[in-house]
Amino acid sequence: METLKVPTMQEKIANGETPDILFWVGCSGSFDDRAKKITKAIVRILNHVGANFAVLGVEESCTGDPAKRAGNEFLFQMQAMQNITVLNGYDVKKIVTGCPHCFNTIKNEYPELGGKYEVIHHTELVQQLINEGKLKVQGGEFKGKKIVFHDPCYLGRANDVYEAPRDVISKLDAELVEMKRSKANGLCCGAGGAQMFKEAEKGNKEVNVERAEEALSHNPDVIAVGCPFCNTMMTDGVKHFNKEDKTKVLDVAELIASANDL
Amino acid sequence: MISSIIFIALLIGSSTFFFINAKKIRRNILLGKDISIKDNKGERLKTMMLVALGQKKMFTRPIPAILHLFLYVAFVITQIELIEIVFDGVTGHHRAFRASLGGFYTFMVSFIEILSVLAFIGTVAFLARRNLLKVPRLVKSELNGWPKLDANIILIMEITLICFIFMMNGADEVLYSRGQSHAENLGDGSLGLTISSHLGPLVYGGMPNAGLHVIERIGWWGHIFMVFGFLNYLPFSKHLHILLAFPNTYFSNLKAKGQFTNLFEVTDVVKPNFDPAYQPVLDPNAVIKFGVKDVTDLTWKNLLDAYSCTECGRCTSACPQNITGKALSPRKIMMDTRDRLVEVGKNIDKNGGTFVDDGKTLLGDYIKHEEIWACNTCNACVQECPVNIDPLAIIVGLRQQLVLEQSSAPNELNGMFSNLENNGAPWQFSPADRANWINEN
Repeated sequence: METLKVPTMQEKIANGETPDILFWVGCSGSFDDRAKKITKAIVRILNHVGANFAVLGVEESCTGDPAKRAGNEFLFQMQAMQNITVLNGYDVKKIVTGCPHCFNTIKNEYPELGGKYEVIHHTELVQQLINEGKLKVQGGEFKGKKIVFHDPCYLGRANDVYEAPRDVISKLDAELVEMKRSKANGLCCGAGGAQMFKEAEKGNKEVNVERAEEALSHNPDVIAVGCPFCNTMMTDGVKHFNKEDKTKVLDVAELIASANDL
Repeated sequence: MISSIIFIALLIGSSTFFFINAKKIRRNILLGKDISIKDNKGERLKTMMLVALGQKKMFTRPIPAILHLFLYVAFVITQIELIEIVFDGVTGHHRAFRASLGGFYTFMVSFIEILSVLAFIGTVAFLARRNLLKVPRLVKSELNGWPKLDANIILIMEITLICFIFMMNGADEVLYSRGQSHAENLGDGSLGLTISSHLGPLVYGGMPNAGLHVIERIGWWGHIFMVFGFLNYLPFSKHLHILLAFPNTYFSNLKAKGQFTNLFEVTDVVKPNFDPAYQPVLDPNAVIKFGVKDVTDLTWKNLLDAYSCTECGRCTSACPQNITGKALSPRKIMMDTRDRLVEVGKNIDKNGGTFVDDGKTLLGDYIKHEEIWACNTCNACVQECPVNIDPLAIIVGLRQQLVLEQSSAPNELNGMFSNLENNGAPWQFSPADRANWINEN
């Protein structure tokens, strides 16, 4: 049985320690069985480099992103201010998130409400660790494999982070293939805007099927993602085409953790 | 003499009519809620120069971008020639600047002629794209009726305008070579216009002088009629983008696209729960409306967006929901907003300056719930817009109205809201189990 070291903020403070960085896990990363694997991959990387980090554990609560996108501004601000109270209480300075939606909300929408932190997405953290020489990446099982990267809207267009995940994937000695609709022109997986939590409106196709079809047209070994919701949508899309044996949907953190046998 | 009087009357009349209608548009835009956009003047200017003047975002699609550039540059440069046309029209001169400007004059008019040929090619290609090739984004259902006609009217006006220019110049070249032009004879035998010195003799070479004078005048007056007509057509047309693209890009959102506005009227109520020292700013007895029900609930920037839209449909063609056959079309959101605003403006005009309730609203009568709830908030439409229009801001405002004022979100979303409220997660998990993953294998 593997042992992950996941200290909570409360434990750290009780031991008189101050973590350098808070890992914001997010609802999906905490509760969704598939997304928990991504969370653990991120933790393995953090443990591997000996990062001084902590999580909020049960003190974490939804950032309010789905409420805000769905128009429930009251609920969003209640969630935001509750989280800001907790974060400011621990005097948090730097946050890494496992989800682009949490990333966007805390980075862009919390400051005005009193929550000012340096916020990075986990793909940016991995990129930083590689650049600082703290993390060495070998191709491992992905050497020579064909990988397409699907841009999460809230990392890409919403925040102009396009290169960090690509930079990280490029370290795997794999063949990184771009879809026609990528980067600023990337197509949504279909989950954003609270669509994750409702049936689609009447139409002739599911958005995730449209996107998976585009990704699968490159016949990739891996569809790499950077968002737990994209992961769900793309996984379902791949299943729709019965391609789950050939094409895996994996988070960038999982690619790095597996390639390094973490 | 008589022609000068007619010209001056036309000039004053069409300018006045244009200013009256431009003022109405300004008033309509200012019906929106006031917001202050006064920051980062340098960056705003730069954005305007790149996106409006430089058409930076057009070039993600090179073919229409080049065709559009032909029309655009021809339009802008032709305005220089208009200075002479107006001078000639008012004073009764003919090609008044030719003698004094010499080679520069020949260069400018020739340059305009070449651009006019390119613009002609562009216009014909655009008509073909709309009516023959039926490019998908140009034949979608929201364009049925007036929008489609509007687009074709503009293109046909442009073609007509170009034809008048070549009638005028071509006939004048032949007349000049015969020493019969009303332009001052410099004894050089030709006006030296790159296109018309060849095209003129080819088409009109065999015609008698009297006929040529008539054609030249038809060209000249036709041209100026089209210019005045075009100016006054703008306020009623999607083509207004040629003017409003500039202010609209200047007032662009410069923040990260993912940053949605935090409603202050909500913060003012929520904040005291977390910060007892906070003193609410808004009057607790005032009736506060949340979200967007009608155009007057939008900001003036949203309304400027609506008037700046030229219905190109790049937004809609990039929208994941529209691509997969849903009712949502960001272009329709913008068209509906403008149509409703025009309707509200007419209502105000009719009722002596005040709006009289007509029982209609943007939400419901123009934009259906089905459209609003389909949105992924993915910002593809915002990214695509060549003049930085933000349809997403309007969609989110409408959602806020439905959730906060009308409690009519889809059931599943209400379920998500209550999970979030009770469990701090959008699903039905206990908050106490949030850290269970740490010890699970």
